[in-house]
Amino acid sequence: MKHWTSGLLAAALVAATPALGQDVLTIGVRTEAASLDPHWTQLSGDTQVQEHIFDRLVALDNTSQIQPGLAVSWEALDETTWEFKLREDVTWHDGEPFTAEDVAFTYDRLRAGISGAPASPAFQLEKGSKQWEVIDDYTLHITTDGPYPTVAEDLAMLPIVAEHAARGVTASVDFNSGQAAIGTGPFMFEEFSPGDRVTVKKNPNWWGGEVEWDQVVFRPVGEDAARLAALLNGDVDMIDYPPTIDLPQLRDNADFTVSSIPADRLIYMMPSYRHVEEFITDNDGNVMVPNPLRDWRVRKALSLAINREAISERVMGGASLPAKNIVPPGFFGYVDGLEADPYDPEQAQALLAEAGYGDGFRMTIHGPNDRYINDARILEAVAQMWSRIGITTEVDAMPRNIFFSRLIRGDELTMPGFDVPEFSMSMTGWGTVAGEATYTVSGTLETYNAATGGGNGNFGRYSNPVIDARSVLAKRTIDRDARLALLQEAVQIGMEDYAYIPIHFQVNNWAMSSDLVHNPRTNERTLAVDVSRAE
Amino acid sequence: MTEYIVRRILQAMLVLLVMTVLVFFGVNVVGNPVYIFASSECDQPCLERIISDLGLDKPIWEQYLVFMGNLFQGDLGNSFTHGIPAMELIFYRLPATLELAFMALVLALVIGLPLGMYAGLRPNSFISRCIMGFSMISFSVPVFWIGLIMILVFSVQLGWMPAVGRGDTVEVLGANVSFLTLDGLRHLLMPAFTLSLIMMSMVIRLTRAGMREVLYADYIKFARANGIRESRILTLHVMKNILIPIVTVLGMEFGGVIAFAVVVESIFSWPGVGKMLIDAIAVLDRPLIVAYLILVVFMFVVLNLLVDILYSTLDPRVRLGGASS
Repeated sequence: MKHWTSGLLAAALVAATPALGQDVLTIGVRTEAASLDPHWTQLSGDTQVQEHIFDRLVALDNTSQIQPGLAVSWEALDETTWEFKLREDVTWHDGEPFTAEDVAFTYDRLRAGISGAPASPAFQLEKGSKQWEVIDDYTLHITTDGPYPTVAEDLAMLPIVAEHAARGVTASVDFNSGQAAIGTGPFMFEEFSPGDRVTVKKNPNWWGGEVEWDQVVFRPVGEDAARLAALLNGDVDMIDYPPTIDLPQLRDNADFTVSSIPADRLIYMMPSYRHVEEFITDNDGNVMVPNPLRDWRVRKALSLAINREAISERVMGGASLPAKNIVPPGFFGYVDGLEADPYDPEQAQALLAEAGYGDGFRMTIHGPNDRYINDARILEAVAQMWSRIGITTEVDAMPRNIFFSRLIRGDELTMPGFDVPEFSMSMTGWGTVAGEATYTVSGTLETYNAATGGGNGNFGRYSNPVIDARSVLAKRTIDRDARLALLQEAVQIGMEDYAYIPIHFQVNNWAMSSDLVHNPRTNERTLAVDVSRAE
Repeated sequence: MTEYIVRRILQAMLVLLVMTVLVFFGVNVVGNPVYIFASSECDQPCLERIISDLGLDKPIWEQYLVFMGNLFQGDLGNSFTHGIPAMELIFYRLPATLELAFMALVLALVIGLPLGMYAGLRPNSFISRCIMGFSMISFSVPVFWIGLIMILVFSVQLGWMPAVGRGDTVEVLGANVSFLTLDGLRHLLMPAFTLSLIMMSMVIRLTRAGMREVLYADYIKFARANGIRESRILTLHVMKNILIPIVTVLGMEFGGVIAFAVVVESIFSWPGVGKMLIDAIAVLDRPLIVAYLILVVFMFVVLNLLVDILYSTLDPRVRLGGASS
C-alpha cells in the first residue's frame, strides 16, 4: 500500500482528460440508488441522488439548519397556522412554471399513500396533523392540530414533485425511466442504469444560481477498498466513506484531499431497564434481580470505563468526536459544557463497588456489523474496556437486517407475543436529520408511547417523568428560546442520569482529487453543489 | 417414452412447488424489512402503514397464496427498493453476469488448455512446476483477495485497467453487452480473469492428467508408429480424448461460476445479478430475493429435465430403470 503513489502520475493524466470539453464530476458512492421517486424510500443512497433533481420548500444548509428553498419565507400567523411564501421565478426542468398547486399535489400524493412504497416520508405530514391550503399561486397555509413548532423542519424532508409530470404515473417506475423525474433542482435527469450509474446534467435555469458541473455521474462501489482504488486510479473524482484506516495516507498524499465534518449521527450504548434482563447474569450464570443497569451508578461506571479517545484514535482513525451531547455542535439543542466523560476506570470500579457489584457480572452486548462506520470494532473495544472493570462482556454483532428487527421487536416473527425489544445492552445510532433536537429528545429520552410516538427510538424503555414533561412541552412550544431551554434541560437531566451512554458522533469523510474543494454536510449526503474546482 | 417424459415433467413441477415454499418461507423468517426502511422518526401508525403498503400485514400463508397466484400469471412481484417488477430488474442485469461468466469460461480454456498441455508433455520441467504451482495457488487463495490484489496492482500501481464498474455497452439482440467495445473489454478483463481462476486451474489439472494418461495409450503409440506428425497427434488425437472430462466438469462448474460471480461482482462493482442479490439481502428486499432464487431453481430444474430427457432418448436403460423403481 505504501507505494501506491508511484502509479498515480499516469492515473492522474487519464483523469485529467476532459470528456468533450464538458466539466464532469464522477462520484463513487457506497450505496447504490435504487429509485428516483423521492417519495419511495428514505434510504440515503436514494435521497442524495434525488436531492440533485428535486428541491424542497425548506432547504438545509451544510449544518442541517433550515433556510429558504422553494419557499422564500415562512412565519406563524397564529399558534396553529403557518404561512409559506413561495419563490416566484422558478420553472420545472421542462419549462413549466412552479406554483403552490404543485406543492399541494405533492402533499396530497404523500397523504393518499403510495402503494408498495417501503418508506414514504408521509409521516412528516402526520406529525402535528398538518393540513394545507393554497391561498394563491405563491402562498400556502399549513395548519396544525395544536401549537407545533417544527413545521419548517418537517417540510425540509419532503421533496416537491411536478403535478403535470407526476399525476397519474406509476410510482417509482416512471421516475426511474425519467418520465416523471422532473424537478426544480440544480440538475436534470439524464440516465439511470441500476447498479451501474446515475447521470444528471446541469439545469441552466436553477433558481439557486450558476451550477458548476455540466454533468454529474454517481457510480456505486460498495466495496470500501475498491472505492478507494477507483479514486486512486482516477476512475472517479471523489468518493464517500473512504476506509478510515487509509485516512492518514490520503491526507499525506498531495494528489488527494480529505474533507471531514462531524455527522449528526450519535453512536451510543443503550441499556435496557426491564426488571430482569436475559443477557445479564452474575458470574455464575444466574439471572440477576434486579437488573443492575437500573442503578445509575452502574451506568455511570460503564460510561467512565469507555476510553473514547482510544476508540477515536485506534478504531476510527480519528474520525469520531467523543460526545455526551445528543446533537453535534451547531445544532439547535446542543448543550454547551456537556463534555464527554473522561476515561476513569478507578472511579468506575469504585462506583460498581458502591452499587454492590464490586465482583462484577456478565453481560452480552449486541450491535450491527454493517450499518455504522467500524461498528463491530467499536463494540469489541467497548466490550474489552468493560471487561477490564470486572464486567465480563461478550459481543454479538450481526447484520443490520437481523439486528434492527430484534432490537425493535425481538422475536415477533418466529414467536408470536415476543414483540418487545430483545437486547439488554445494544449499540445503535440516532441521526438528527432536521438539525434540531426536538425529535431526538422525544425519540430517545421520552417514555415509550405508541399512541403519541414518544420514545420511538427508546428501545431500552428508559422512563423519566421529569424529562417527559419537558419533551412533551417542547414539542408544543413555538417560541424558539423557550423551546431551546426545555430541550437543553431535558438533555442535561437525561445525560446526568446516564439514560444511555453516548460514545461519539461519527465524523464523516470524503476523499477527492486535490483539484476539488468540498464543503461537506452534517447529514452525510454527497451533493455536487457542495463541490467545486479549486482555484 | 412419452410416459417417462410426462412423469419427469410432473416431478420437476413438484420440485418447483416445494422450492417456492422453502424459498418464500425461508426468506420471510429472516428479519423484518420494515425496520430497515423506516426512518427512526417513524412512529407506530407510520410503521403499520408501511407494513400494510408492503402487504406484510397478512398472515404468512396468505402472503404465500397471493404470491403463488401472481406467480401463475408470470408476476413475481415488485422489488421493495427499486419499485419496479423484480423480473424486469433481473433480466436487465442478467446479461452483465452472463457476459462475465462466459468471458471467464473463454479465458479459462484459452489460457488453461495450452498450459495444461505443456505441463503434461514436460511434467518435470521447471516451467511445468511453475504452472502447477500457479494452478494450486489460484485454486486455494480466496477470490476476494485475488480481486483486491489485482485492483491494487493493475489499476492503482500500474494504472493499466479501470478499477471498478462496467464499460461502454452496445445493444445486441435487446441486451447490453460490453465485450464489443474497447472500453468495455478493459473493464471486463480483470473481473473475468479473477472469476476464471478456479476454472482455469481445474482445466490445467485435468488437461495435464489427461495428457499423462492419453500419451501412453496404445492408439497414440500406433499413430506415432504410423508416422503421423507429432503436432497432429497432439491437436487431433490427444485433444479429442482429453476434452471429454474437461467439458463434463466445466459444464458442471459453470453454475458454480455464476454463484462465485457474487463475490467478484461485489469487488469490481460489476452491475450484474450477483451484486443485486447481495444488495437485496442487505435491505431484505424480499420480492427480489425470492424472484431471483425461484428463477435460479427454475433454470436448474429445466436444465436437469432436458438432460434427463436427452439421456433417455440416447440410452434406453435410463428409461427402463426409471420404470422399475
